[in-house]
Amino acid sequence: MMKSDECLKALMRHVSDDDIVLPVYSTAFDWIAIKPRPLNYLAHGAMGLASSHGLGLALGRPDKRVIVLDGDGSLLMNIGSLVSAAEAGPKNFFHFVCENGTYEANGGHPTPGRGLVDFAGLARAAGYRSAHTFSDLQNFEQRIGAVLAEQGPVFVDLKVAPSGPQNRDYTMLHGPTARQAFKDALTARI
Amino acid sequence: MNLQLPSAGDAAVGGLSGSRIIDAIKASRIEFVVSVPDITTSEGLLRPLAREREPRLIRICKEDEGVGICAGLAHCQRRALLLIQNTGLLDSVNAVRGVAVEYSLPICMMVGLLEKEPGVRPQQSKRYGVRIVEPILDAMGIAHHLIEDDSDVAKIAPTIDDAYARSRPVVMLIGRRPAAS
Repeated sequence: MMKSDECLKALMRHVSDDDIVLPVYSTAFDWIAIKPRPLNYLAHGAMGLASSHGLGLALGRPDKRVIVLDGDGSLLMNIGSLVSAAEAGPKNFFHFVCENGTYEANGGHPTPGRGLVDFAGLARAAGYRSAHTFSDLQNFEQRIGAVLAEQGPVFVDLKVAPSGPQNRDYTMLHGPTARQAFKDALTARI
Repeated sequence: MNLQLPSAGDAAVGGLSGSRIIDAIKASRIEFVVSVPDITTSEGLLRPLAREREPRLIRICKEDEGVGICAGLAHCQRRALLLIQNTGLLDSVNAVRGVAVEYSLPICMMVGLLEKEPGVRPQQSKRYGVRIVEPILDAMGIAHHLIEDDSDVAKIAPTIDDAYARSRPVVMLIGRRPAAS
């Protein structure tokens, strides 16, 4: 089991200024603390839609790598998005799930199938070009650069420990300031 | 989230040309059609669209996914149309609320009204699932237009242009099965 913030720090070293990153819920707060940047796409509504927003961005901007940092609870709410992304098949689509076995933003209650669901297996069966699972930080650090060089759709399951009780201001993620900043940054990079 | 129930009224064909609707979609500079199949628009719209190279058809598993995909595309300044059934719209109300309305995004939806009787206003339909659609959209503050006859097709391009110009969602309700020609 890895620590989420340590995984994100390892990932950060391979994310360029031109990549679009969509982190969800508690991962979003960890990510923007580690890597604040204009092309962080933070406003994806609720109920697991980040992967769908990411698919739209990947289709709309095939010149950019799109990296979704999903949660396991979020993905379970939108599990069909695995099939839709595989069907559309964008080569620039990288779908990570930080699997902590909890609905962390909503009280830390366990997800159904906690510890049993093979998310990488689901992605592979859905038709992702490749799917990986990491539970060891050193192994993740060694291989993440190569994974991000693969052709998408790529899926990565990160087995991480829950972060504990949450008290975060989600209005900041969904607010107009963050949305406009992203839109301006993406428009400037046409 | 689509129901396919036989109905004599819904089987009526005529008065609405699918090819004209497709021409209007193309004239609106729609690059992507994102869809879960809908029986009202299945033969007259979706099947011919699937044969076209452009706009690109993105097949999805569930309608709320489409709201997210269209939002991502909107941020890329790429125009998209979400082609679904009223059952799928009802299932996606929270996504439409959170993403389309609260983020003020130009999510353009074309929604087949399952089993609406041709010539009958949606709110006068005998079908509960049809009757409630317009009042729900009104409650959400979402503009909507009924596309029931060929004379309504002229609304499509300006409706889509306006949604993008004002960055607001819009719903075009397809009131009868379009003919494939």
